Amino acid sequence: MDRFRMIFQYFQSNSESVMNGICGLLALASVKMYTSFDFSCPCLPQYNMAYGLGIMFVPPVILFLCGLILNRQSLVMLEEWRRPQGRRKKDPAVIRYMCSSIMQRAMVAPVVWIVVTLLDGKCLICAFSGSLDPEKFVGFANVSTVQAQQLLAKVPCKDDELMRNNTSRKAVSRYLRCWSQALGWSILLILIIAAFLARWLRPCFNQATLLQARHWSNYIDIEQKIFEETCCEHSRLFAHKCILHFFESMRQEIKLHSCSLPGEGEGAEGEEDLLQGITDQDQVNKLLKTWYYEKPPLDVSQATQR
Amino acid sequence: MDKFRMIFQFFQSNQESFMNGICGIMALASTQMYSAFDFNCPCLPHYNLAYGLGILLVPPFILFLLGFVLNNNISMLAEEWRRPQGQRGKDPAVLRYMFCSMAQRAMIAPAVWVSVTLLDGKCITCAFCTSVPVETLGNASHPHLSQGEIQRVLARIPCKEIYNGQQLIANEVAVRYLRCISQALGWCFVLLMTTLAFLVRSLRPCFSQAAFLKSRYWSHYIDIERKLFDETCAEHARSFAKVCIQQFFEGMSTDLVAARCHLPRKAPADAGEAAEKLLGITDRGTMNMALKSWHRCKPPLHLHPPALPTGNGWAGEGQPPMHPSVPRRETAAYFSCV
Repeated sequence: MDRFRMIFQYFQSNSESVMNGICGLLALASVKMYTSFDFSCPCLPQYNMAYGLGIMFVPPVILFLCGLILNRQSLVMLEEWRRPQGRRKKDPAVIRYMCSSIMQRAMVAPVVWIVVTLLDGKCLICAFSGSLDPEKFVGFANVSTVQAQQLLAKVPCKDDELMRNNTSRKAVSRYLRCWSQALGWSILLILIIAAFLARWLRPCFNQATLLQARHWSNYIDIEQKIFEETCCEHSRLFAHKCILHFFESMRQEIKLHSCSLPGEGEGAEGEEDLLQGITDQDQVNKLLKTWYYEKPPLDVSQATQR
Repeated sequence: MDKFRMIFQFFQSNQESFMNGICGIMALASTQMYSAFDFNCPCLPHYNLAYGLGILLVPPFILFLLGFVLNNNISMLAEEWRRPQGQRGKDPAVLRYMFCSMAQRAMIAPAVWVSVTLLDGKCITCAFCTSVPVETLGNASHPHLSQGEIQRVLARIPCKEIYNGQQLIANEVAVRYLRCISQALGWCFVLLMTTLAFLVRSLRPCFSQAAFLKSRYWSHYIDIERKLFDETCAEHARSFAKVCIQQFFEGMSTDLVAARCHLPRKAPADAGEAAEKLLGITDRGTMNMALKSWHRCKPPLHLHPPALPTGNGWAGEGQPPMHPSVPRRETAAYFSCV
């Protein structure tokens, strides 16, 4: 597990790395999801297009939303956008920077799904086999329109009895697959060119503003983390004080009720001190009952001023 | 896993090693992509050439650009190229070195794809099956087939299951012929690339080695400087945030003390660091106010200098001299309304 720990530490080293890691994981998850999904075209005239296009576009929307949800920075950005101005001015450039970096990372997994779908070809064959011109293909040319539609709709189903050894089915399938793969590669090419231009040309425009926006967006993220850590530390101490105060007040109550001999003084031994004066079963039961029925108030101001 | 850790550290040790690692991964990824890709020749006369050459040439272009996109040095190069001169001169030799080293690394994955494609043979078979010399390999005198028909029949060569031209030219003969040409092209390509790489490496020291060493040094320097600057800014942001939050809590507790008109008596030194760490917030209402104030009224990004500690160890006794009193009064009024 050393290997995973090192990879984990590398990605944890700053929050941008964490987000890149999550983005990569989502992309791998989307490929895995596609390969394990059992695509099953209905092979009926009206249903094919809905099913094919549905499988091509609905999971990307889901993956996009997952990418937004899993990204901690989206909450930070929303909070920064909606907070009242107060004593700290708001900088729209920072919010724009955070928004664009979140969107870019969230778009990776949906794009991977769409490209893998197109390169595989099943969705497009299912969706568009009914929209082809039957005249182009020998086996479908000489039948009535309605029958041609039904036959074309069955093309994606290799095992259907009508289609089992039909060479025209293979021709249609190849034709659509070729278009699907060409579309997939074209989309990938366009996106890569856009990414390349964005990386290459960005320093040419407003590099100083970009550096400032990036610094302050990291700052906001770090500040939020440190604030949460501070609050966590504070609540641990608060709880500790509150509970000590509760035990102390229980001890005093027991002393009052049982009128015990004033044997314990300031010089109580270490062990008895830890027992907080609660030394038998009845006292413990009383303490536990009081803890449940009458929790102490959230106020340790007397405890700290002792 | 010691071995893995050493390899990982070796690659992380500088940007060039890291880029070599990425370059190797992309080369492996390109072979994996090729074997996972389901090659599907359309077997139609005009589509074959477009599809075959498309698969041969478009993915390498994508991989080449991807090699640039994944390389962090590209924004460094563009930044160095576009920055105003200021007090530091610009050296075009350094820029040229950076660009060449990036381009060389980005060329590896495309070259691997093209080699694998040619050695496998499917692309060339698909693209050029209509140009097979039927006169020499087949039966050109097969009668009554127009040119278009012959083209259509030849286009189906890659698709064995729908091929119907066995009398014109045997499928296996055509496929073997095309494959042989494809593999010969593939090996020649690999030989060419390797020879070029060898020449570049061995002839470079013969030309301006000193200038080369200088450019390499300064390009590494720019990379390291940028990384250190980013780390320093991150450290600074962390310290800034800590002090900002500390001053926020101190400001809150001072305001509360003023609003409640308690005697300004803080816990004596021996009640401990626990009381200090509670930051003056000792009940639910106060904590709720602190959290609400954090959202509604974040402190300004302006740290005041820390007050010097007084005799009893209470650091917050004197009002910080530079902080204007007007906002403080407003804040106190806000709290007392709540």
